[in-house]
Amino acid sequence: MTGRRRPSRGGERREPWLLLGLAGLALAYVAVPLLALLQRAPWRDLGALVRRPVVIDALALSLTTALAATAACLLVGVPLAWVLARSRLPGRSLARALVTLPMVLPPVVGGAALLLAFGRRGLLGGPVYEATGLLLPFSAWGVVAANAFVALPFLVLTVEAGLRAGDQRLEEAAATLGASRWTVFRRITLAQAAPSILAGGVLCWARALGEFGATVTFAGNLQGRTQTMPLAVFLAMESDREAAIALSLVLIAVSLAVLVPLRDRWLPG
Amino acid sequence: MAVVVSLGGGCAGTDAAGERELVVFAAASLTDAFTALGRAYAAAPGAAGAEVEIVAAGSSSLREQILAGAPADVFAPADAATMDQVVAAGMASDPRPFAANRLEIAVPAGNPGGVDEIGDLDDPELLVGLCAEEVPCGSLARQALDRAGVAAAVDTNEADVRALRTRIEAGELDAGIVYRSDVLAAGEAVEGIDLPAGANVVATYPIAALTSAPNPAGAAAFVAFVRSRQGERILAGFGFERP
Repeated sequence: MTGRRRPSRGGERREPWLLLGLAGLALAYVAVPLLALLQRAPWRDLGALVRRPVVIDALALSLTTALAATAACLLVGVPLAWVLARSRLPGRSLARALVTLPMVLPPVVGGAALLLAFGRRGLLGGPVYEATGLLLPFSAWGVVAANAFVALPFLVLTVEAGLRAGDQRLEEAAATLGASRWTVFRRITLAQAAPSILAGGVLCWARALGEFGATVTFAGNLQGRTQTMPLAVFLAMESDREAAIALSLVLIAVSLAVLVPLRDRWLPG
Repeated sequence: MAVVVSLGGGCAGTDAAGERELVVFAAASLTDAFTALGRAYAAAPGAAGAEVEIVAAGSSSLREQILAGAPADVFAPADAATMDQVVAAGMASDPRPFAANRLEIAVPAGNPGGVDEIGDLDDPELLVGLCAEEVPCGSLARQALDRAGVAAAVDTNEADVRALRTRIEAGELDAGIVYRSDVLAAGEAVEGIDLPAGANVVATYPIAALTSAPNPAGAAAFVAFVRSRQGERILAGFGFERP
């Protein structure tokens, strides 16, 4: 009955065929290669393959470094997103372009740039190494640094979009009622942006988990120290393609285990 | 990680281009030598106008590409084992050794880590790199270390020898085990230290035309050219020895 009187409601329930078709095409484009992987997977040897020390080391390192990189990105990326969305400081569009660059830059080039900055003979890394003997490359911190470099834009751009979509009148109202700027930021701005911060954090983590080029260029490759899952997969591709597929499946399973519940629990839709 | 170098020819743009195009898959350590060989081959009277494309990468990565059906004409990996797998798959026949390459310890100019011999590579204070054991230079380096009885304190296993050389040239590592040809190619940026005679392992490079070569005549001619007196001379200029 209501459906007849309000055709717009009915329209919402019946999706246009064209959109459905194109959406299905997009989904199939992602799903078919994954199915091909599943079909080529060495199911019989899978258990033994994924229990190898090299896989366990790589998985542990990938999970911890991706988490550490996400924490670092949250710490500095949310404030940066706020500055881009809310402040009136000059040069914001330049700053936004700059923070987007790691998305465009081939990760290998990003890794080389990180070396020029933080390597043993780098702009900043050189003096620090001379003074303290501390070195980012060839250490797990180097992996975190490479991960954070490529994943930061995913967090900043998502949070900035969330902040822009927020209702600024609430902030103004809180300010008129006497809340300090810091209180407004914490109680209103952050609360409003929470879903986008979570979404950005998840994207950032996922990007860090799959990171290859910058890591191999900047941090090197050593089992237990810098060899993450993507690096282990790349080297396995050279010698044992079935093992490489098995490793990829582990990476996919872990990501899905985190992403699916998170999306259902926290993200709209 | 692959380096692709196109040489000679230009735009022929006709059917002849297909016959004249020659795709050579070569080990990363052969990059410079094969670029020169390709240029000399294209300039030789018999092959006038040939377009030689050198695809250089880690030998095992190239092998995987060939086994997956990459349209290559010639394969020149850095060890017999890699070639044997391609032969076993029926993708190549009659491989011939054409060059040998010794291993050397490479250190950045000025030897900042003070490395004197292979025994120093067990020092955890030094930043030491090897090739990953999945590629020939990595498995050969491990053989050499085993023979010398040295447990190297390795900080990184690079995917191919060019990546390792680049790190040493840039001074990011104190030492690494690479091929003699790499030390020569790096020029002033790198110093080479000989391995003790008992520990040295020599890489022998085989070459073969691929059975699925789109340009079989060109493939055979190029293999013959690499193994000719002129080819040998060019290879020697890059630090390679006779097999």
